[in-house]
Amino acid sequence: MSQVRQYELIYVVSSDATDQQIADLHTQVEEITSRYSGTLDKTENWGRRKLAYEIGPNKEGTYVLEVITGSGELMKEIDRRLRVSDQVIRHLTVRVDEENRVIERARTLRKEDSQRRRVARGLPPERQPGEGPQRQDDDDDRFGADVEDGM
Amino acid sequence: MREGRGRSSSSEGRGGRGGDKKDDKKRTLFRRRKVCKFCADKIDDINYKDVKLLGPFVPERGKILPRRISGTCATHQRKLQTAIKRARQLALIPYVTE
Repeated sequence: MSQVRQYELIYVVSSDATDQQIADLHTQVEEITSRYSGTLDKTENWGRRKLAYEIGPNKEGTYVLEVITGSGELMKEIDRRLRVSDQVIRHLTVRVDEENRVIERARTLRKEDSQRRRVARGLPPERQPGEGPQRQDDDDDRFGADVEDGM
Repeated sequence: MREGRGRSSSSEGRGGRGGDKKDDKKRTLFRRRKVCKFCADKIDDINYKDVKLLGPFVPERGKILPRRISGTCATHQRKLQTAIKRARQLALIPYVTE
């Protein structure tokens, strides 16, 4: 009896790997997922990125993100496979369902609250375009500007 | 004896200057209140994939910017911390930079 949860898997493929090998890895993940009767919700290839630090001989890597719904055993198997693989230099699995739920709830609560207050003030529930403070990003001097002040 | 007298006179002098010091203190105490970026901008999701968001909290050296400087609230600093640590594992953010 295993519970179904949503996980986020990111793996970094070595820069020597060909596109074919990256595609193979993806199909491997897909295969394991279907074997353990999970579902692959989303796949995102971030392409080649410079690594923040060198990992062995690698200075660049291809990042692939997969969102998978399935059991813990499924993730364990994927983790094991990726660990064994030579091309994968880093991988990370994070459980996301609970966090997403919390975020979603915070968002809806805030929205409902603002709508209620707007209605109480006799305004339409949604903010109209051009209403409220218009702040540009470079106006935002709350960070970085007075760092020395705080030292 | 003489020394003692000298000291007492100097302390009087200090007493006279005390007024200035108070003003000094007042000025340094008056500081703009810092606000938590995530509370102010209503960012619910501090995600390790969002390097742009985490960037300002990881200065040159690669260390996590302390709360006392950034003004981030405890809840968000905690989330920020896990996000930065996850991003480091994936080489999105450096551990250290020389």
